[in-house]
Amino acid sequence: MSIEKFSDPGLPEHQHRQTDVSEKHADRAERQIAILFVLSAVGTIGTIASYIFIKPNSFVFVPVIGDTNAQQLFLGLGLAVSLLFIGLAAIHWAKQLMPDHEVVAERHEFRSEDKDRKEFVAAAKEGAAAAGLGRRSLIKRSMGLALGLIGLTPLVMLRDLGSLPKKQLNKTNWQAGTRLVLDPSNRPVKVSDLEVGSVAQILPELPEGQERTLESIATDAVLLIRIRPEEFNLDAERLSWTHEGIIAFSKICSHMGCAVALYEQQTKHLLCPCHQSTFDVTRAAKVIFGPAARPLPQLPIGVDADGYLVAKSPFNEPIGPSFWERNSK
Amino acid sequence: MKLSKFRRHKMAAPVLLVGALIALGTTFQIASAVPSTTKMEASAASPQVAEGKRLFLQGCSSCHGLNAEGGKVAPSLIGVGAAAVDFQVSTGRMPMADLTQQAVRKKPKYNEEEVAALAAYVASLAPGPASVNNASLAWERDGNTAQGGELFRNNCAMCHNFAAQGGALTNGKFAPTLMGVEAKDIYEAMITGPQSMPKFSDKTITPAEKLSIIKWIKAAQSEPQLGGASTGRVGPVTEGLAAWVLGLGLLIGIAVWLATKAR
Repeated sequence: MSIEKFSDPGLPEHQHRQTDVSEKHADRAERQIAILFVLSAVGTIGTIASYIFIKPNSFVFVPVIGDTNAQQLFLGLGLAVSLLFIGLAAIHWAKQLMPDHEVVAERHEFRSEDKDRKEFVAAAKEGAAAAGLGRRSLIKRSMGLALGLIGLTPLVMLRDLGSLPKKQLNKTNWQAGTRLVLDPSNRPVKVSDLEVGSVAQILPELPEGQERTLESIATDAVLLIRIRPEEFNLDAERLSWTHEGIIAFSKICSHMGCAVALYEQQTKHLLCPCHQSTFDVTRAAKVIFGPAARPLPQLPIGVDADGYLVAKSPFNEPIGPSFWERNSK
Repeated sequence: MKLSKFRRHKMAAPVLLVGALIALGTTFQIASAVPSTTKMEASAASPQVAEGKRLFLQGCSSCHGLNAEGGKVAPSLIGVGAAAVDFQVSTGRMPMADLTQQAVRKKPKYNEEEVAALAAYVASLAPGPASVNNASLAWERDGNTAQGGELFRNNCAMCHNFAAQGGALTNGKFAPTLMGVEAKDIYEAMITGPQSMPKFSDKTITPAEKLSIIKWIKAAQSEPQLGGASTGRVGPVTEGLAAWVLGLGLLIGIAVWLATKAR
């Protein structure tokens, strides 16, 4: 099947605007544009006036929004009016009064003419010959050395990004025997302090003299939950990590590291607020919805001689999201 | 002028449809309303517990069981204490209007005395946390706003939002806004753990710390909108919505106007 060739239909016939043919319409457009500019000026004056005359602590009631700071409201409205009407006036002006002749800009080839191309190649070859690179190999090699080494400087400076994390990402302040203390009051917790159905935000008790940093809170944070022991659906090992219905999980989501602390007491589900990963507390924080790939790490807990809750061992896996060196099974 | 004149009007069908939907909705609302709490002749001599039991049998037992032992659709109330009853009934959450995901705050069905009677009856079944009243909570005197803010951000903000505006949970459940909530209801919610909310034991958050939390929430409730419209205080969500819907809509309109040839 052959494709029929279209003939160039050419430009449509130019339609004159009313403002081109009638002076009356042109004058009216001029007045409209002037009104738009004046409205913008009124907006600017209103902005300045509301800055000067409206007290910063006065409030007005606006439907839908409610009680709102009057100065901020009128500053915003004034600025919006002053800028919007300048734009509207400019567009109206361009559309109604500025010339509207159609102008044709023809496309042309990008390729340079053969003559120019030949001249360029000849000039480049001539320059290279004059520099004598082919003959003076000492210059060529030393120049290669100098230019090559320059690239090393930024590479070496990458060291300023800090040392490699090594085992740091696997470590938290939880050790065998570390007491569980409340965040932020730092009080240790007894089993009897927690009713069934209650939760507590927990951090590790730090050794004397060690300062609690934001960085350490971001890795150590633990959520303590007490449910009825018979509600657990755990294997023997995980069950031994709980104590009288109390179970502890790292609060740092295994997906992107948000704090997972939205605990629904009736469903026993933990919800991450960032991407809605949902974990089942009764099944060792098994992921039941959302993008998280692994359960939240569980902290094995028991009680010490004084009856306070302690960690029986550190987390058995790195907390938080995946990283390169992590064994992500 | 006869109404039937308008039957062929182009707006007739949409108007009729909206009218029918409103009629359907209100009919359902009225029909599904909770059995009315007809005032029984209250005999002054009968003790509060007996009165509470009578109210319970009338308004609550169809779901919670004749002895408050619970049923398929409702939990047992034995041991929940007066605080739980006071919170659920005085905020209108109980009785529920329908068995959806969550009991929501609405106009209470029982007056103060009836709530107290119901609470006394449930408390008589088994010991549980006692109800509190606004007068007994000296949060203004004993609370510490800064401490309350820290506790709130640690324990409450994950569900109730950093400005106490409430937030979404799973399957259509949500943590309600705390705007306009009374001090006693905040306190009772913390000690009883209503619905999805866990309990916050008095040993993990002491009663004094609870007063601080209340003081912070009260400060958040009366926080003026100093920066103009607060857009719900839920972060960039509403700003983004307004920018995408209103802003882009406006820009599309202007673009269309720009591209139309003047006549």
